[in-house]
Amino acid sequence: MFLTEATVIDHLEIASGYYRMILETPKISCQAYPGQFIHTRISDQYDPLLRRPFSIHRIDRKRGRIEILYRVVGKGTHLLTKARPGYKLDVFGPLGNGFKVDRYLKTAIIIAGGIGVAPLLTLGEELVKRGVSTRVFIGAKTRGLILCENEFKELGCEVRVSTEDGSSGYFGTVTDMFRDFLLSNEDISGSSPSLFACGPYSMFREVALLTRRFNIYCQVSLEERMACGVGVCLGCAVRVKGGVYKRVCKDGPVFSAEEVAWNDNSQAYC
Amino acid sequence: MITPKLTVNISGIKMRNPVMVASGTFGYGEGYENLVPLDKLGAIVTKGITMDERSGNPSPRICETPSGMLNAIGLQNVGLKNFINERLPYLRQFDVPVIVNICGESVDEYVELSKRLSEVSGIAGLEVNISCPNVQRGGMIFGKDPDLTYEVVSKVRKSTHLPLIVKLTPNVGDITCIANSARLAGCDAISLINTLTAMAIDIHTRKPKLATITGGLSGPAIKPVAIRMVWEVAKAINLPIIGQGGIMDAQDALEFIIVGASAVSVGTGNFVNPMATLEIIDGIRRYMIEHRIDEIDQLIGSVKV
Repeated sequence: MFLTEATVIDHLEIASGYYRMILETPKISCQAYPGQFIHTRISDQYDPLLRRPFSIHRIDRKRGRIEILYRVVGKGTHLLTKARPGYKLDVFGPLGNGFKVDRYLKTAIIIAGGIGVAPLLTLGEELVKRGVSTRVFIGAKTRGLILCENEFKELGCEVRVSTEDGSSGYFGTVTDMFRDFLLSNEDISGSSPSLFACGPYSMFREVALLTRRFNIYCQVSLEERMACGVGVCLGCAVRVKGGVYKRVCKDGPVFSAEEVAWNDNSQAYC
Repeated sequence: MITPKLTVNISGIKMRNPVMVASGTFGYGEGYENLVPLDKLGAIVTKGITMDERSGNPSPRICETPSGMLNAIGLQNVGLKNFINERLPYLRQFDVPVIVNICGESVDEYVELSKRLSEVSGIAGLEVNISCPNVQRGGMIFGKDPDLTYEVVSKVRKSTHLPLIVKLTPNVGDITCIANSARLAGCDAISLINTLTAMAIDIHTRKPKLATITGGLSGPAIKPVAIRMVWEVAKAINLPIIGQGGIMDAQDALEFIIVGASAVSVGTGNFVNPMATLEIIDGIRRYMIEHRIDEIDQLIGSVKV
């Protein structure tokens, strides 16, 4: 992990309320792998006080860059939208345990709900690089908020999109779309796929149930309010089976879906 | 140019400088190991240790507030046995005083904790936590009542030879009254302040932002309260004080020292700037050079009122 200054190279609103920021930070880009995050100070003032965690969206080791993709949800992210190219951001990372990709993996499924696509694009790039056949399911509220469809297509992934208002692709949630897919491809577990998901809590719960039923190994990237980012403050607790808590920042943010006690966690957490 | 002397001695705990890390903000010394060499710090205070392992409170456990944060971790910790067997060996490797924060649900538990920790090597002192606002039994219940404070501190005193620090809660009417009880009971130093009991609401759901409804406020927002309390206690009793509450930089630390703190602890500041402690040590040194102060003792309690 490094505590370093990253230079904003580019910062663009790619959909209403959704921003992509390219950061130059050679040390972090060199060490990072899919599923990890950076912990960023928004300003040198004390309000907002705490750092904000952002999934690493893309890693460009050659140019020493990383990208983050974020949705404006509050004071911190709102302030961050003002950062112009050239601005130096105080960044701490890469942090956390990311996705585990088995070296013999042949097929993968990616499920992204809303801004949950953030950590999954760099994972998709990694999977394709390793020759893993990757299917991608992207869900959003409406057509204009479908993120990264083209990026995944350019990688050569098979991409399906859903919208909750039916304005594009499948009419329904991404889990509805995925369930339909599974029901018409019941032999899917024969290829021993791995599934990687990130999205809202309700999506995680559904995906966890479906993957158990269809015997698919599933990893989820969780989100929690965080303070330290390194496992010392115990603020970002998630309840796992056995009645204990794990730290999203240090033990995760990626967990096996089997490990998480889905019924015991507050719906409010994301 | 003078070389200022930053060493302090808190009732037998010899520190190379007055900058410590506060309980619950540095784990068991392992989180920031790549950034903060532990042997550069004045002392480390561990996460609060209880007899049995505790899993802590439900989520959400934290939320941000203007220039502060609320927490309700609920003393999640590995428990006494695991601490001694698995965490203390790591801490022993470093040349830094280790102060163990202890919290019991009853007086007997505080006594048992202090006895057991006095039998092992590598511990420089104990910090008796009678101020945690986020547990249902023990913690702040003791620290809000001068008689209970006296009872727990005097019994712990009899059970250990280690330097005894008592950590006080600001959630009281008269902090000097509690501090005096702790002094009469035989403690060696006072640590203050713990967090202020506080609450925040999400207006869209109309629900509290913490699962436990209330939590403890920390960060720059509470610094003026902490400064006032350190000043009051420093005037009232003659014991070393470890000041804490919203310290982010050297100016903050110096304020505490000037009103009477012999040492300071950085807590929430570590989360915002992991290098805060090292920058504060450096900043205090520069201040002393600039103001031609040879020894930190000359600054402690030097407030002009």
